[in-house]
Parts: sequence; structure tokens; C-alpha cells
Amino acid sequence: MELTLALAIGVLIGSGVWLLLRPRTFQVIIGLSLISYGVNLFIFSMGRLRVGAAPVLGSGGTVNPADYADPIPQALVLTAIVIGFATTALFLVVLLVSRGLTGSDHVDGREPN
Amino acid sequence: MGADFLYEQLHGMMGDTSLLLMIVMPFVGSLIAGFLPSNARNAEVWLAGAIALGELILASAAYPAIAAGGAIRADLEWIPTLGLNFTLRMDGFAWLFAMLISAIGFLVVLYARYYMSAEDPVPRFFSFLLAFMGAMLGIVISGNLILLVIFWEMTSIFSFLLIGYWHHNASARDGARMALTVTGIGGLTLLAGVLLVGHIVGSYDLERVLASGDLIRSHELYVPVLILILLGALTKSAQFPFHFWLPNAMAAPTPVSAYLHSATMVKAGVFLMARLWPVLAGSQEWFWLVGLAGMMSFVLGAYFAIFQQDIKGLLAYSTISHLGLITMLLSLGSPLGAVAAIFHMMNHATFKASLFMAAGIIDHETGTRDIRRLSGLFRFMPITATLAMVASAAMAGVPLLNGFLSKEMFFAEAVETHQISILDTAAPYAAVLGSAFAVAYSIRFIHGVFFGPPPEDLPHTPHEAPFLMRFPMQLLVLACLIVGIVPGLTIGPFLHTAVTSVLSPATPQYSLSVWHGFTLPLIMSVVALVAGAILYLLLKGYLARCEEGPPVFRKLKGQRIFERAMVTVSWRWARFIESQLGTRRLQPQLRLLVLVAFVAAFWPLYSLGFDPGRLNWTNTDPIFAAIWAIGIACALGAAYQAKFHRLAATILLGGAGLVTCLTFLWLSAPDLALTQLLVEIVTTVLLLLGLRWLPKRFEDKSTDAVTIGARLRRVRDFVTAITVGLGVTLISYAVMTRAPPATIADYFLQNAYSEGGGKNVVNVILVDFRGFDTFGEITVLGVVALTVFALLRRFRPAPDSVERPEQQRIQKDFDEARPDREAGDTVSDYLLVPSVIMQWLFPVVIVLAAYLFLRGHDLPGGGFVAGVAMAAAFILQYMAAGTVWVEDRLRVLPVNWIGFGLLFAALVGMGSWIFGYPFLTSHSQYLELPLIGAVPAATAALFDLGVFSLVVGATVLMLIALAHQSIRRLRASRIAAEAASEGA
Repeated sequence: MELTLALAIGVLIGSGVWLLLRPRTFQVIIGLSLISYGVNLFIFSMGRLRVGAAPVLGSGGTVNPADYADPIPQALVLTAIVIGFATTALFLVVLLVSRGLTGSDHVDGREPN
Repeated sequence: MGADFLYEQLHGMMGDTSLLLMIVMPFVGSLIAGFLPSNARNAEVWLAGAIALGELILASAAYPAIAAGGAIRADLEWIPTLGLNFTLRMDGFAWLFAMLISAIGFLVVLYARYYMSAEDPVPRFFSFLLAFMGAMLGIVISGNLILLVIFWEMTSIFSFLLIGYWHHNASARDGARMALTVTGIGGLTLLAGVLLVGHIVGSYDLERVLASGDLIRSHELYVPVLILILLGALTKSAQFPFHFWLPNAMAAPTPVSAYLHSATMVKAGVFLMARLWPVLAGSQEWFWLVGLAGMMSFVLGAYFAIFQQDIKGLLAYSTISHLGLITMLLSLGSPLGAVAAIFHMMNHATFKASLFMAAGIIDHETGTRDIRRLSGLFRFMPITATLAMVASAAMAGVPLLNGFLSKEMFFAEAVETHQISILDTAAPYAAVLGSAFAVAYSIRFIHGVFFGPPPEDLPHTPHEAPFLMRFPMQLLVLACLIVGIVPGLTIGPFLHTAVTSVLSPATPQYSLSVWHGFTLPLIMSVVALVAGAILYLLLKGYLARCEEGPPVFRKLKGQRIFERAMVTVSWRWARFIESQLGTRRLQPQLRLLVLVAFVAAFWPLYSLGFDPGRLNWTNTDPIFAAIWAIGIACALGAAYQAKFHRLAATILLGGAGLVTCLTFLWLSAPDLALTQLLVEIVTTVLLLLGLRWLPKRFEDKSTDAVTIGARLRRVRDFVTAITVGLGVTLISYAVMTRAPPATIADYFLQNAYSEGGGKNVVNVILVDFRGFDTFGEITVLGVVALTVFALLRRFRPAPDSVERPEQQRIQKDFDEARPDREAGDTVSDYLLVPSVIMQWLFPVVIVLAAYLFLRGHDLPGGGFVAGVAMAAAFILQYMAAGTVWVEDRLRVLPVNWIGFGLLFAALVGMGSWIFGYPFLTSHSQYLELPLIGAVPAATAALFDLGVFSLVVGATVLMLIALAHQSIRRLRASRIAAEAASEGA
């Protein structure tokens, strides 16, 4: 299981890095999105990973933390997902405006010679 | 005993409140002044004048306590661990300066009312002026050296803003920048010096530092401390060789020159030297460094002043010279010298401020400040002329005026032998020479401007200034006269308090009387007066014709050297480094970024060794593996297709996102899964909206010959990607196979319900335990959304993306070809069923969002998810029926949602202040509602409502702004077409 997840994170980030180094803006934006999946999963996996643990506290009584899913990586990743959407939107708009201004969708704003 | 106790109490309270008030008042006033309407000249003057007057009253009221008790203090803890307290301390010396700052501040405000014209944006002026007043008062009443440096830098900044007040004027900008560079660098060296002092003494508290003079002087770091602090003081007081910024600062409005650049800010340097005089002075190094700078400034400044054609330039060089005189006095290391220095600081401020005001009046009434063009103004403005004459006589050191008294003391000190050296021998000669120059430039100013034939072709016909504009000058000149005639009765006791507070054990006997008999200093004075008058007569003809600046030195300008140095450092070197190391291309930068990240991760692995853990938390589930087989295929596919098949890549990206979402669900994180799912939806919509504006790109293998260079680059990037991916896999694997350490997660789990009142621990962390972080995050979200909106408002698409997309063109042609069809019918017919479903889904999704929001505290959900769901509800409407249809029926106003969300969250957070708790402390309890029963109610849920509103606003704003571009283009082209057809 951990191997599957580790491989998945690796592939997501590897494909993302590949796209990040490509010359077209849309490639970079897809790359950043893939990296953000990978990074979110990576941060998430830094906590106590559990399958089938209760995510929500039961009612009453003392709480044994070992019975529950780790909430901290979840809280970190939850806001990261929303902020990730915002930065994707920002980057998309920057690239559209840049393409409007320069006429090119190359990341440098001009076609390579 | 009772009386003593009461006195102590009163003393303490007075110190605390009045000192704090003195600092806070100008800054508050500055804020208010900045927000008044731009033509509210009178309101600004009332405000600023009232504050200056208030300062004056506060300072005056503190005098009895200071005269009796030595100093009043106010202590506030700031960062006690760094030894940094907000300590204010006013002793006699600080008091004298505080009086000076507030009194001249008041007069300058009054003067500025008439000086500033109706077109000038006065709120900015008075706002900066008040803030400067606060900062300057801060310097003099700081009881902590670090605090002093902070105020010191603030005066530099406000001086910069005030010099550059008329920023349309290039010389104002250059002068402001130069002043900031010179005094700002000085401020930084001063900070370094002060840090060293703190290191030596072990405290930044002024009183402790003042008591540690011997320790500092005998310390091995004494010379560095001295040099660093002197650099700060000499740059601020425009002393040679850093004097050149002051004449250039004359581009400022004249009230600023009168206030900052003659009376107060430039005095900060000599103030500091006098303040630290008991600690630093007395050594050989002090004598030489300070003495040389002072003497050079005194003589050269006076000499340069003679040859200035601009009145303000003349006064600026004269200021340099007089500050040099003060510096020289301080260099001597004798208590009498320090007395004379403090006395001259006050005298110079009085006469120089009034002279600047005169210069401003002349400029205001005639339209020029060039001495060559002005003459014979006495007949037009006799009162101003008389006042200016008295003030210049004080500047020249004529008897019965205040300037004479301090100059006599200066001569007496110059004659005395302090440290046997050439500098000491030269001092009396330099003193007479400089004074003779001072007489010459004073006569030149008066004679050149007010006497001689009537002026010709001036920009304005000169006439007397209004009474209230002259009034501040009159007061100041009156002070010059009274102090000059009866010094003992007027300034005497106050000066004594000030001097005692600086020199306390070493306060010498001194006499302030006007007549000391026929002494050597008196003879020196007479010689200087006569020599100065003769010098002026000899130079008169030459001065009327010559260019600006003294002969020979005209070519050698500190300003030019400064500019050349600036160009070299900030332009040539920077360009060289940029051309060697920089690139404007993104890819190498990103490659570097990836490389750095890789090295940062690889280094610890290499040095500590890689050792995967042994923990097996569960066996590989074949379903999980199968899901990720799909996810990996999607990720690779997206990477492969992103260049030529953007739609496919977008879909594949969505696939990878969904698998991520399933993983969260699998690993017991339903909150994340929900958020991911909804964000996935809006991200896809976003990317689809963006696709329309990108250029078409078709894969054509026959023409796109791949060069060897490109192939090599791809191989390199591919290897990079594989390496990074592999590295991340290894690290993740190593972490996941280890038992996680105990984290604060346990604490959150155990206390979420008892303290946060919620069972969904993730949500409780977000809105309660770490509410402040969430507040920051939603702020970022709002900022990003507004940025997107702002960028798109001026969006101009590339020419090849302007026309309708191909599919829309086909539909339109089809509709137009048939008379029974309206334009747009095809698309609405085509999407009829889905669009009806989507329209009907609107209330359903809203209910879903409300449900997610309400249950968020106890079950998976919360403000973020609910916000995105709500945004999706709106977007569905846009997609189903089109932008125009929706906006005819529904006004979403996303910016208001954002504003409301942020404000509401902040207000909820501030609500806890009312109950005496820190920001964002939440409260939870159960409410008994009729029919429903016990309902959990936490203030955190209200905070979550702010989060919800902001997320809705931000998401909708971004998507709608992008969606609008299509119709905006169409509308614009339609308007253009109509205009064209009408024109035809």
C-alpha cells in the first residue's frame, strides 16, 4: 500500500516537473496542478495514515487518539487545495493576459529563435 | 511623607501618560490629516496646529517635574527578551528639544497655511509633517537607543517624502532620493553602532548607557562604535564630507526647509552627539574625527554660502556651517564647549527658521529666489525686510542678538587649548575666518535682496505678505532679540536644566551675560565683522555676475560624486551582475529551482543515509493499486498531451484529481475528499474557460523537424523529471514505513470537543485552534481573486483569438441560413435537457452547500467545501443558460461576498476582545431551541460563515471574470460594427 502511494506521488510530481520545464504556458499550468496533487498527497502521507479509521469523534467519553485519523495533515491539505485552485486561476489569467500582450503562449513571452 | 508619596505618584503618572501622548498624538493626527479632503487647507491647519500646540502644552506642563526630578520616564514592555522596551524619557535636554520641535512646528504649520497654494494636495503635506513631528519627538524623548534609531530612520523617511512632495519636479525627486540615501545609510551605521554599544553595556537603556561612559571608552570596540555612530550623526547633520545632500533638499516646500532642514531634523545629528557626549567624548579619536568634520563644515559651508545665488541655497550652506560650529564645540570635549553647543542649537533654530520663512515669502511674492534678479525689495515689503535683517544679524553674530552670545562662547572655547595638536592651534583662526564668511553671506543676503535699485521683470509684482504669514517670523525674531538682550532672564534657567541633564556631574560655571568686558573673544568678533564686511564689498561686483557656486570648487561637486557612485553601484554593477548571472527566460530559472529543491532534499539523504522503515501499515489492496494504475496513467497522459491536445490533458488532469480524491477517501479523510471533488469541478471549468484564448496548435510531424538541441533538452528534462519523481517516491516510502512521532494531533483530538465544541476535528482546527492561520489563508484567497479580476478588466486577447470559435461560427451560420431560427437556437436546443436539469439543480446545490456548512463542525463539511459548492451552484447556472441570461435575472456581486466574508471573519475574531480574550478565541455551548432541541452553537461557526462567504465570492469572481471575456469581446465588436455602419 505504501509502495503504491509512494509511487503515485512520485509519478505525479515527476510528470509535473517534466511539464514545468516545457516551453508552453498551458503545459506549465497542467504541470503545476499535477505537482500540487503530488505535494498534497505527500503532506497528507506525512501524518498517521489509516485505512478505515473514524474521521469524526464519537459522542462522549474519553478520546483515544489512536482510534482516529490524523487531523493535522488534513487541515493543512484542506486549505492547500483551495489555495491551489486560486493560484491555478491566477496563473491561468496571467498566462492569458501575457498571451494577449505578446501574442505568444511561450513562457518567455516570445517564440524562441 | 504623604506629600512625597503623592508627588511620586503624580510624577509617575505624568511621565507615563503625557510622554506616550506626545508620541501618539502626531501619528494619529497624521492618519486623520491624510484622509481629509484634498482642498481642506483650513481643517488641516487647525488639526496640525492644535496638535503642535498640544505638544507644546504637554511639554510645558512636564517642566516642573523635570526641573525638580531630573527626568520623567514611561516604560512599556515591547520585546523584553531582546532588551527592547518602549521606553520614553524626557530630561532637560530632551525637554528643550521637545519645546523647540513643537513650537517651531506650530509656527511652520501656520506659515504653511499661506505658503501652500490651493492646487497643492495638502492632506499629504500635513500628514507627513505631523508624522515627522512625531518621529522627531520620538528621537529626543526615546529612553532606549534602539527605539531612538527607529525614530531616527522614520525622520529620514518622512524627510524623503517631504522633499519629494512636489514629485512632478525632477530636482525634488533627486534631492529626496539623495537625502534618503545619505541619511538612511547613516541610520544603518548608527544602528550597527548602537548594537555594539548594547553589546558592550549589556543594555540599550539610555540611562544605563549614559552611566557606562568609562566602560565604553576603555572597550576595544570603542573606535568602531565611535565611527559608526558618528557616521550616523554626521550624515544626518549634513557635516562635511556628507554635507552635499542638504542643498539639494532645498527642492522641498519652504516650510519643510524651515522645519526639517534648519530647525529640527538636521539637529538630530548634533543632538545625538550631545546626548552621547558624556559617553563618547574626550578621547583623541573623538577630538580628531568630530573636530575635523566640524571645522571643515564650518569654514567651507560659510565660504560656499557666499557664492550661492539661490537664497535657499545660501541658507542651506549657512546651516551646514552653523552645524559645523556646533560640531566643533562638541569635539572639544570641554563641558563649556558642550554648553555653548546646546545654546547654539537653540539659537540657530530660531534665526534660521525665520530666515527660511523670509526666503519663502520672497519666493512666494516675487516668483524667484535668485539673488541676482532680486533687489530693492525693502520698499515693497518693509516688515519682512526688517525681520529678515534682524534674523541675519543674529546669524552673523551681531551683538544684542542671540547668535552673538553663542558665538562669543564659541570664540572663547576656540581660544582655549584642549588637546595639543595642529587642529587645536588652527581652531581660533578657523573660527574667525568662518565667522567673517558668515558676516559676508549675511550682508550679501540682505543687501542683495532688499537694497539697491527696484527689481526688473520679476514673475510677480512684489508686495507685503499677509499678516499671519509674517506672524511666525515675527515671533521667532522677537525671540532672537529677547534672548540676545536678556539671556539670563529668558533662556537661562531652561538652558541650565538642559545642560545639567547632559553634563550632570561636570556642569561648569558659565555666564550668559551680554557684556564680558574687552576680552579676546570680543576682539575676534569685531575682526570677523569688519573682515566680513570688507570681503563682501570686494566680492560684490563678482557675485552679481558669477555663476552658482564658489570659484574653483564649482567644478568639484559632492553631488556629482554621489551620483556617479550611485550610477556605478546601482546601475553598472547591477547590470554587469545581471548580464553575467541573470536570465529573462523562465525555463532556466525553473530548472534552477527544481535543482535547488532536489539538492535540499538529497543532501540529508546522502549524509545520513537512506533507510526505509519496517512498518507495514497494511497490505496492498488490489483495488487501491488498480485505482492508482488509472491515476498514474492519467498523470502520464496529461503530461504527454498537454502541448497539442489541451482538452484531453484537462480531462486527464481531472482523472488524476479524482483518483487523488478517492485516495483521501480511502485513507479516512472524507473532508479532503469532499473538498478535492468540488475544487476539481471548478478547476476543470476554469481551465475550459481558459482554453478558448489559447492559440491553436496542430501536431504536424512532417514540418516540425525536431532539432538536436531540442532533443537534448528533452532528454535532460526527462532525466530530471524521472530523478525528481524517484526521489520523492523514496522519501515518501521511507516516511510512510515509519511510525509517525507523537504530534500535537493527539492534543487536537482530545480537546476538539471539550474546547472547540465540535466533533469534526479538522474543521475545529481550521476555524478554532488555528483560526488565525485560516484567516490569513482566506485573505490570500480574496487577494488572489481580486488580482484575477483586476488583470482581466484590461484583458486584451491575442488577435487570432478575437473572433468566434469555429464551432460557434458554424452554429451561427446554420441559424442565420434558416429564417425560422434565431441566432443561438442551435446551442440551446443542443443543450436543452442538460441545461434544464442544471437550472433545476440550482436550489438543490444551494441546499447541499447549506447542509455542508451547517454540519461542518461535527461531520465532514465546513466553510471551505460549502463555499466551493455554492460557487458551483452559480457556475452551473452560467453554464446552463449563458452569461447574459443569468445576469439578467441574478446579481451575484462576488466582490461584496469577498468583502463581507473577510470583514465578518475579522469582526467575529475581534468579538472575543470584548470579553477580554485574544483575537479569534471561540466560545461554544449548546442552545435549547424549541422543537429542535439542543443545538451546538459555537462562535467558530460564525467565523466559518465568513470563510464560506469569502470562498464563494472568490471562486465565483474568478470564474465569472473569465467567462465574461467572451461576451465582452462580442459586445465590443458589435458596438464597433454598429458605429461603422452608422458612419457609412
